[in-house]
Amino acid sequence: MADDLLRFRDDAPHEEPAVTLDAFLGQSNATAVRLESDEDARKLIPQLGQLALIEIAFPKFRDGRGYSAARILREAGYKGELRAAGDVLVDQIPFMRRCGFDSFAPEASIDPAALERALGRYEHVYQKAADGRSPVWALRHG
Amino acid sequence: MYKYDQFDQSIVDTRVEEFRDQVQRRLAGEISEDQFKPLRLMNGLYLQLHAYMLRVAIPYGTLNSRQMRMLAHIARKYDRDYGHFTTRQNIQYNWIKLEDAPDILADLASVEMHAIQTSGNCIRNTTSDQFAGAAADEVTDPRPWAELLRQWSTFHPEFSYLPRKFKVAVTAAEEDRAAIRLHDIGLQLYHNDAGELGFRVYVGGGMGRTPMVAPVIREFLPTRDFMSYMEACLRVYNRYGRRDNIYKARIKILVHELGAEEYARQVEEEWAHVKTLGIDPPDGEFERIAAYFAPPPFETGLSDDVPTDDPDFALWLDQNVKAHKQPGYAIVNISLKPVGGIPGDASSAQIDLMADLAERYSFDELRVTHAQNIVLPHVRKADLHEIWQKLDEAGLASANLDLISDIIACPGLDYCSLANARSIPIAQKIAQRFAGLDRQRDLGELKLKISGCINACGHHHAGHIGILGVDRKGTENYQLLLGGSGAEDASLGRITGPGFDEDGIVDAVERTVEKYRELRTDGERFLDTYRRVGFDPFKEAIYG
Amino acid sequence: MRILTGNDLGTGDVVWWTGSDWSRHVSDAVDVDGHGEAIAAREEAERRVNSPYVIEAEETPQGPRPAHIKDRIRAAGPTVRPDLNIKPADPAAGSWVI
Repeated sequence: MADDLLRFRDDAPHEEPAVTLDAFLGQSNATAVRLESDEDARKLIPQLGQLALIEIAFPKFRDGRGYSAARILREAGYKGELRAAGDVLVDQIPFMRRCGFDSFAPEASIDPAALERALGRYEHVYQKAADGRSPVWALRHG
Repeated sequence: MYKYDQFDQSIVDTRVEEFRDQVQRRLAGEISEDQFKPLRLMNGLYLQLHAYMLRVAIPYGTLNSRQMRMLAHIARKYDRDYGHFTTRQNIQYNWIKLEDAPDILADLASVEMHAIQTSGNCIRNTTSDQFAGAAADEVTDPRPWAELLRQWSTFHPEFSYLPRKFKVAVTAAEEDRAAIRLHDIGLQLYHNDAGELGFRVYVGGGMGRTPMVAPVIREFLPTRDFMSYMEACLRVYNRYGRRDNIYKARIKILVHELGAEEYARQVEEEWAHVKTLGIDPPDGEFERIAAYFAPPPFETGLSDDVPTDDPDFALWLDQNVKAHKQPGYAIVNISLKPVGGIPGDASSAQIDLMADLAERYSFDELRVTHAQNIVLPHVRKADLHEIWQKLDEAGLASANLDLISDIIACPGLDYCSLANARSIPIAQKIAQRFAGLDRQRDLGELKLKISGCINACGHHHAGHIGILGVDRKGTENYQLLLGGSGAEDASLGRITGPGFDEDGIVDAVERTVEKYRELRTDGERFLDTYRRVGFDPFKEAIYG
Repeated sequence: MRILTGNDLGTGDVVWWTGSDWSRHVSDAVDVDGHGEAIAAREEAERRVNSPYVIEAEETPQGPRPAHIKDRIRAAGPTVRPDLNIKPADPAAGSWVI
């Protein structure tokens, strides 16, 4: 599985396994947590500082809750690794990157050429999101 | 109307190339149909009853002649020479090839059009008042905000995999010509007592299996808070909308289950956070967009008289032409409901003609209405007779706006794999039963809406008379509903009783309207009489 | 009888399994008996068809007639545009569908 991990970070991959949200909230020293698609990302906010990895589950690619969870965590100031895991397909990765995900653990392998095309495709975006890209309205008005 | 700058054009062009790539991967077998389906749906491409169907976006129902001619071109080159205008101000083509879809999108992009997000679990085309910019009763043109919504919602990275589709409508008058309370979010612009411009925000309306009229979620939202508040509304929905049951996944269910107050509270809480993120475009961006919607260079000193010695022209004038805020001008409604025709369909030749008329007589602008008709918004009264003659030659001069034969009908079982019954033949039979214009005008405003299945794309819940086609033990059957309205007095129709076959339903409609004639008092529309006397006299008349 | 139908992947044409190939004409459709799902899976995997499924039909002298009106409309074309039907000049088309 680790071989299929796609990372967009400079630091070394986090070694410690991710615990469940319940376990994390109950235990004080875990540095990696996994959020299921129906769990509330805001519960992590008080302890973001101790986390190096947050993994968010995408049980089915149509379940878009993880996109909100990711943005919420980035908006709260989380700088660690934010990983999308599960039914992650190449066509969703660009949106996931915009929402703040910087690593991906897809169930099915991703064609690197298709991914590169997808990520580099759109020069412009309309909205401000979690990736720091300037939205079109900012380019229009300086 | 809005014109793309290099950024808008770049995004649409890139989308074409992205879809071309996705189609190629599908045809080569690199992605399965299950993986490809959401991608093609986000480009408005359905696999439908007869072939692929493409739904092209007409943002807030506004387009110019160049765009209209491209729609005609697509019908001729890639389809069977006609298009179908829909209840969300879009156009559909029923005979599209997947192989051609990227080229069609490229052709559309060349005239600043697209099919982005006209399907899928994402934010769809924002619709608006077809008389925007022309009606005297609007407080401002709502379309700059519709354009802001279009840009904000296009490829929104957080809201592209919502629990279900999401539809927004925006108006700026007390009279609701866009059925805003039957949308996921409905927005009405108005001035509060302090004279500030803002929105009354309705959330949680919709039709389909569980129709609901949207409650007010926020009585007054200042325009400067618009974008961040919308973001908060969508985020709450994306996080908490149901994903366990496709029939319970719209926001109306969430609002209903939480209660309007609790949903509003959650939005306020999220908004308190979101508005600190700097996602609102600057005022300059709104002003830039709004400038495109400035009034056209109207002539002044024009006469308001229209010579009406031609009786057919006089009828059309009376029925289809509406008052314009500018003296000497009028709003022309082109009916796509000729008796015996297919509601909302137009041939490529008719589409080209309407483009020509717009270019020549309406400052190059047309509108598509949610009632599946076309509007020329800014016409000099002096030109009305000439326009009518040209429309008449092309079969586009039916003088039936808002009359019983001005039927909204979904494509139904003739075209749609979701349908349980055919809707178009019912529309045709009813229109033929009431073909006489005198009889129609005597009956007056009567909004009849037909859906071929519970998904309610024909808006039958919002019909003064609504008809729902169902499958009754393998045979088509039609239920009758009374008393719905999609206007500011929004209400949901009530089922009368057991359904009818395709001839029985026409008779039932006739008994209904005859009862109305019997009971009405001066000036009452069907809907008014129904609301005054109630359901029982009609039920009695229908079933005996 | 049971017949197998789907759409051509590239063109979207409604197609019917003939026993060896896919035809645009329902009259060419064969009874797939209990093998429909297996044939469908194989043909879809090879991309010779898109989204195939099995439907009920009755045998008639003119060939298979789908049991459900929706499938008959799918086979013939929209009832309100006979000129766009697969057999536009066929006077029997109306009663065959309805």
